[in-house]
Amino acid sequence: MDRTASQIVIRIQADDFDGESEIAALIGGRADIGAVVAFTGLCRADGDDLAALELEHYPGMAEAEIRRIAEEACQRWPLHGILAIHRHGRIAPGERIVLVAAASSHRQAAFDGANFVMDFLKTEAPFWKKEHRTDGTSGDWVSAKDADDEARKRWAES
Amino acid sequence: MVKLVYFAWVRERIGKSSEEIELPASVETVSDLLDHMATRGEAYAELMQHRNAIRVAIDQEHANHDERIGDASEIALFPPMTGG
Repeated sequence: MDRTASQIVIRIQADDFDGESEIAALIGGRADIGAVVAFTGLCRADGDDLAALELEHYPGMAEAEIRRIAEEACQRWPLHGILAIHRHGRIAPGERIVLVAAASSHRQAAFDGANFVMDFLKTEAPFWKKEHRTDGTSGDWVSAKDADDEARKRWAES
Repeated sequence: MVKLVYFAWVRERIGKSSEEIELPASVETVSDLLDHMATRGEAYAELMQHRNAIRVAIDQEHANHDERIGDASEIALFPPMTGG
């Protein structure tokens, strides 16, 4: 394996994932990795009537779009690897939705890389959340947040 | 023929997840496509009242409303994304 190349692993899956083993696989025993920053996004219940979020995605494009974002991160920062796992289907409050991890020799690139990938994933990767209520009805589609757009825009090259 | 695919509330309002349609020669851009779709029935016309909120991907790549469709084989219409 080329030790200078950035390893990019993108997975879209219905199943849950184990962050510890995924991060260990990303590091892969490499001794030149000094920092891994991992973000885990969970299904959050803002009130007490959310039964689950249903994550819909655009098969094919979802993976391609996250890969494109990860590749851009690898061009911006000296990253050894990026891992992104995004679940789809029905996900209950407290369950994991997404894992993004960035590995580098030093912490700053790992922090920036993971942050960058998440900010773009939120606004560019084709996923949509629908709310399901505890009374069995389906609620609204979650609205996109202006704050997420602002978070993405701050990465514009100055 | 072009395959149109729909997601989230766009899919729900149209009532199907995909369809193949023949595009009139006058449809050159994404915006032209949205104009054309508004003529395809009541559900489409109502949906297109929210056209500024509709995002488009041409062959699985994000496209602005002024972008040319060219010889696209798959065009997706969907709301702003809310993953992560």
